[in-house]
Amino acid sequence: MSSRETVLRRIRQATADLPRDPTPTPRSYLRHAPTVAPGDQDGVLALLIERLTEYGAEVRRVADADLSVAVAHALAAARSAVAPAGLPDAWLAQWYGLVRRDAPPLTPAELDATDAVVTTCAAAIAESGTLVLDGGPGQGRRAPTLLPDLHVCVVRESQVHSAMPEAIGRLDASRPLTWISGPSATADIEMIRVQGVHGPRRLTVLLVP
Amino acid sequence: MSKTFMGWPTFPKAAETATADEQLRANVRRATHTIRTKRAALVEERPDWQDLRDTAAALKDDVLAHLDTYLEQIEEKVTAAGGTVHWAADADEANRIVTGLVRDTGESEIVKVKSMLTEEIGLDGALEAAGISARETDLAATIVQLGDDLPSHVVVPALHRNRSEIRDIFAREMGKHGRPAPEDLTDEPEELAEAARLHMREKFLKAKVAVSGANFMVAETGTLCIVESEGNGRMCLTLADTLISVVGIEKTVPTWQDLEVYLQLLARSATGERMAPYTSTWTGVTDGDGPRAFHLVLVDNGRTRALADPVGRQALRCIRCGACMNICPVYERTGGQTYGSVYPGPIGAILNPLLKGADDPQTASLPYASSLCGACNEVCPVKIRFTDVLLKLRHDVAEGDAKVKHRAEKVALKAVEGVMDRGPLWNAAVKAAGTAGRLLPKDMNLPGPLHGWTDSRALPDIPKESFRSWWKRTEGGTK
Ligand code: SF4
Repeated sequence: MSSRETVLRRIRQATADLPRDPTPTPRSYLRHAPTVAPGDQDGVLALLIERLTEYGAEVRRVADADLSVAVAHALAAARSAVAPAGLPDAWLAQWYGLVRRDAPPLTPAELDATDAVVTTCAAAIAESGTLVLDGGPGQGRRAPTLLPDLHVCVVRESQVHSAMPEAIGRLDASRPLTWISGPSATADIEMIRVQGVHGPRRLTVLLVP
Repeated sequence: MSKTFMGWPTFPKAAETATADEQLRANVRRATHTIRTKRAALVEERPDWQDLRDTAAALKDDVLAHLDTYLEQIEEKVTAAGGTVHWAADADEANRIVTGLVRDTGESEIVKVKSMLTEEIGLDGALEAAGISARETDLAATIVQLGDDLPSHVVVPALHRNRSEIRDIFAREMGKHGRPAPEDLTDEPEELAEAARLHMREKFLKAKVAVSGANFMVAETGTLCIVESEGNGRMCLTLADTLISVVGIEKTVPTWQDLEVYLQLLARSATGERMAPYTSTWTGVTDGDGPRAFHLVLVDNGRTRALADPVGRQALRCIRCGACMNICPVYERTGGQTYGSVYPGPIGAILNPLLKGADDPQTASLPYASSLCGACNEVCPVKIRFTDVLLKLRHDVAEGDAKVKHRAEKVALKAVEGVMDRGPLWNAAVKAAGTAGRLLPKDMNLPGPLHGWTDSRALPDIPKESFRSWWKRTEGGTK
């Protein structure tokens, strides 16, 4: 007998006493952030900003027309930045550093030698201060948002959801997703929070209408 | 050879040494109290916490009742997404499969994402025997590995170490395995983390093969999910050409949407955060992004044994958040290694006997590693009723299936039964706890080092009924 069959047979024997019919699951938990009334989008945006700031991310609300200036400002200390396919060229027009395209794909060593990355996102979750990247236009592969030390992420207000249950159903599970809730951190040494172990140490979020 | 828990002393024996170690006790106490406080604050802000727990428990029960169908579904979806699924009935088989897969790549050094399962099955040792060096990348797991130590906690495996111990390990060991620690390394946490960042970065950039576990597997979509803080997980999941995920069959959740329940519970329970900094989800392989080959090894290794126990099977709901060990007055005094397993604390006290059978003195001693205060029942995000399972397992050791009746366990049992048998006294104590709260029977004398834990007064919620009436009510724990 193959191990597959062995394991499946063991499971069937072990659960022989249990009813085969599915039992209904209680679902009374909230679908929105507890502190924000459903439908209050201003409250949702304010909560996202509060949570991201708590994590040590820098957050700025920016009008579309000012985005290129805000990006340049966010990248002020960087000499080079990755621009994934689909990121509007205009966003980087005011910045004079080296723009690296990820086509052909940059090697890990090249990414490691790059200071920053600018991306869009697929969704944001206010309650937990989470940004979700799904590799869509303006987001690119996962590696470029991992090796450079600064991540600048442009978030549209319409992409911000109140809590996890509102957001997850809109995401495509078949794509590789990265859910980012603040910069890389550890508390493994005496429970003292240290920001920046392996992922980017700095995260700047530009929130546009 | 990497260290294992093979031949570990029984719990009371190990506890004797551990409780005498002042440094260890101080380290464990500081860590558990810090996480406890953070957790409590974040649980407080969710008015629907109990609702989330109810759903999390119910979903896992549904998973366990239909695990065969869900696993077949996972296999089908992962295969359709370009992955390869392997089945391992036990630890040896899992190790053989992984070793074979790594050998096929021709690599002799691989990177690992912290995984309790790979510790459970002794994967590092098996790879080592095949000439393959598996390097841990999580900071705490690295501290354990470099220090030739054993894990003491499921979330923070090096929780028993303080900063100066960590500094010494880094200064002494890093150079033997790659980039050495800086000459002037101090014991500042920032400097230690930076040393780890530089040491590891070199490994990530050249790693061709990564081994991981997973926090969740979604049956509906074949998606795997890993929750982490540092980004070492993302490095492994993204930069390697070949990814091998070794996952216990109980890590299943039914649907993609169901992740919303566990992702909201896990970080709050584990580290006192709303979400951990990074959550990665992936399904098979994706063209042009990440590994080109993905292998999923589904591991039983005793899980179906636990599943067959009608009282004990609820232990398979566990999502390894560590909250039960952080709240446990016994764990706080002994630390994790005392339990002789990668699963310490209350979950270790029940899961190890369920997975392995309480057939040796060490495993048989674990159900006694509890004062039955019930604090773990209250914090567990998947609502495992520890006290029920502990009592059932003690009964097994005493007269049931378990083959070993070790003398020390007999003593322990006698002491516990002594209390249980004195119906009026036990009931009066429970009643007193109900009104005055936080009291244990005064003469609940547990033997050896267990003695003294029971004088703790900070113990919420003691079992609501006596062993006898519980046994009667549940018909021997089957109801
Ligand atoms: S048993 Fe419950 S509290 Fe303990 S680690 Fe598992 S999920 Fe967390």
